[in-house]
Amino acid sequence: MTKGQISAKSLRWVSGWLNKFGPFLGLVFVIIVFGLLRPRTFLSWGNFEVMLLQTAVVGTAALGMTLIIISGGIDLSVGSNIALCTVAVALLLNAGASPLIAVFGGILVGAASGTLIGGLITRLRITPFIVTLGMWGAIRGAAKGLAGEQMVFAPDTWLNGLLTTVGEQKSWMILPPGVWLMLILALLTAGMLRYTRFGRHIYAIGSNEMTARLCGVRVERTKVMIYALGAAFAGVAGVLQFSYLTLGDPTTAIGMELDVIAAVVIGGGSLAGGVGSVPGSIIGALIMTVVANGCTKLGLDNWVQEIVTGLIIVLAVALDQFRHRRAD
Amino acid sequence: MPGSSNPRLKMENVSKRFGATIALDGVSLVVQAGQVHALVGENGAGKSTLMKILSGAYKADTGSLWLDGESYLPRHPLDGRKAGVAMIYQELSLAPHLSIEDNILLGIEPSRGPFLQWDEIHKRAKDAMRQLGLDHLAPSTQVSSLSIAEQQLVELARAVAIGCRVLVLDEPTSSLTQKDIERLFSLIGELRGRGYAVVYISHFLEEVKQATDRFTVLRDGRVVGSGNTSDMSISDLAAMMVGRDVKDMYTRSKRPDGEVILEVSDLAGIANPKSASLELARGEVLGIAGLVGAGRTELLRAIFGLAPVQKGHLRVGAFIGPASPSVRWAQKVGMVSEDRKQEGLALNLTVADNLTLTRLEGLGPFGLILPSVQVARSRSWIDRLGIKCEGPDQQVNSLSGGNQQKLALARLLYHDVDVLLLDEPTRGIDVGSKAEIYRLIDELAVGDEDGGRSPRAVLMVSSYLPELLGVCDRIAVMCRGILQAARPVEELTEHEIMLAATGTGKFQ
Repeated sequence: MTKGQISAKSLRWVSGWLNKFGPFLGLVFVIIVFGLLRPRTFLSWGNFEVMLLQTAVVGTAALGMTLIIISGGIDLSVGSNIALCTVAVALLLNAGASPLIAVFGGILVGAASGTLIGGLITRLRITPFIVTLGMWGAIRGAAKGLAGEQMVFAPDTWLNGLLTTVGEQKSWMILPPGVWLMLILALLTAGMLRYTRFGRHIYAIGSNEMTARLCGVRVERTKVMIYALGAAFAGVAGVLQFSYLTLGDPTTAIGMELDVIAAVVIGGGSLAGGVGSVPGSIIGALIMTVVANGCTKLGLDNWVQEIVTGLIIVLAVALDQFRHRRAD
Repeated sequence: MPGSSNPRLKMENVSKRFGATIALDGVSLVVQAGQVHALVGENGAGKSTLMKILSGAYKADTGSLWLDGESYLPRHPLDGRKAGVAMIYQELSLAPHLSIEDNILLGIEPSRGPFLQWDEIHKRAKDAMRQLGLDHLAPSTQVSSLSIAEQQLVELARAVAIGCRVLVLDEPTSSLTQKDIERLFSLIGELRGRGYAVVYISHFLEEVKQATDRFTVLRDGRVVGSGNTSDMSISDLAAMMVGRDVKDMYTRSKRPDGEVILEVSDLAGIANPKSASLELARGEVLGIAGLVGAGRTELLRAIFGLAPVQKGHLRVGAFIGPASPSVRWAQKVGMVSEDRKQEGLALNLTVADNLTLTRLEGLGPFGLILPSVQVARSRSWIDRLGIKCEGPDQQVNSLSGGNQQKLALARLLYHDVDVLLLDEPTRGIDVGSKAEIYRLIDELAVGDEDGGRSPRAVLMVSSYLPELLGVCDRIAVMCRGILQAARPVEELTEHEIMLAATGTGKFQ
């Protein structure tokens, strides 16, 4: 009808579009920047494969963290959980279990610690931050105890090949199996969030827990399931980490929970709950890998990468806030 | 020095538009020192926009503002505060962990260099507290331990301490008890005597009549009337607000007799209710009157499973005993919370998500939820209840209060409940939406046998007696946790109910 109306509507459309594709544009942007600076070494299929490989562990764990953060929670014990799972997988293999059993064992260990976390949060009514801060130490301790405070070497199985680059004779796979695993799980998780009751309940709890309860969502039970599932994803990430290391290491993945949280946040997740998406989180994880990889290709020191990654986290959230303010 | 003939506050020809919507169109408002001025209008009439311009949160497109004859151009809420314009909103803005005096002088602490001047702080806090009749409290009391009414007074004390000239009270009584309301009114009277200019915003026209000297009515961003409050009757004011006669505000058709579907006897919760018994039949609207804090909300919550039941008997249809909210929904019982923003709705989810949250089944194959089906289903309910929104995908927080409340009710209809537990279903919404909600409640109670909709049972808690008397078939009064037996509405008067609610009169 009038100019004002059109511009308000198109503004909302643009901001909605940005909300959906903002992280993706960010990823394209960093790829273009490094591609221009190092066209030969950075822009090669081999390097992209390596970057996807490097993303698999954090990306898989970020799937679980996405669920937890959407529900308004947080899990600081992810890094410890990954370490515990590498140890569990190695011990199971050493005990003569088949690789497949070892994988399920590792995931089960993750899910079990997640169930414990969920139980503590809902039964004792302690905030997730504190419970998982405690578990951050406790699970790491359990991993060290199980491993006898040392690395656990394991026999060579097909598990070790999950995260190696695809060779000539297996080129039909295009990407390493571990990367496929992450992508398939991402697809399933995204579908679950959008098309199932459980997924909708996760958003509802994160948006307003009291409303969810009023509307008959079994909040406590759902939360335990969220943390169990979230930690099961950490278990899968642990299996991938094991494959990467080819051994069980109780001191691996220290501080990785922060990378995982950063991936979700860069991807548009809000620590206040109710907001977040699977594609966003995977792209967030990819952005961090691309920056790290690109900085290496530029010959920059590690400390520069860390500063750049830190700035990106703050920038991503600031942009998100800005978008929301525009939308209001 | 401005002459005494200048009004304390003058807003002249103020206009403001947001995109294509004209929020304010040439609005003028004049408030003299020592005057209480009521600003009334439906939700969306422009009251809050006007007050945000006064406080400096918004900038007017055109028009001018004057304080004591001096031009006043706030660019920021801080400018407004510095110029002596204090806003007291419905949601209090106190720091709950700090003491009373820390709150009163927050941001204006007297100090010498970096050091606080405690003597001065104590003196100024005490002075402000005395003016508001808070002298019985220790200035070091933590604010979170005060009642809502006392916290509101602390906020007023803060306004007094910063030396305000214009005091804006936005719906100040919505969470107060009758006694506290009267205390607040006498305080407002004292502030008027001391020369403050008070702008009083309220939906309760009785209060406007009681507490204010002059009034201005806004409708659709324009001033549609102003004058001396004493010259107007409440129904005149209401008619002016909605632009039509509101005699038929309440709907009560002939309702069918049905079987008793909700039965409560001697129910007790942890603190409240202490003892509640009632029977509710299909085709009936049962009202529960009483003071805030009498245990009415707790009764509904105990029935619905949001609060624990200590003893007593509960029956819903064929189901006996207490149950969780998820089970209650399955038994076709639904509840609308009194606190729409905190509990009733998930504000940053969409209309469709809020509407369908209780029943996500049947929205796609294999138990999956297809967003397209969800949106289509929501759209039909939006149309049926006349919820004004851009569509099912709009976030709920951008809807008006009345439309949010209709949405909260729509959720129960979408779920197709038999028993509706409504806690203050019309609180804080405009007169037009209220009338629509009354009509809806009536339709639900009457049912539609031809359309295959059996009559529903409605249990409604309200602090607004005219509405209870207008829509209910029977009313029970709750006093100090004890629910007295319900009586047919024809036998009751407002006066009688009030006496029973305060425990001074016998209801039976």
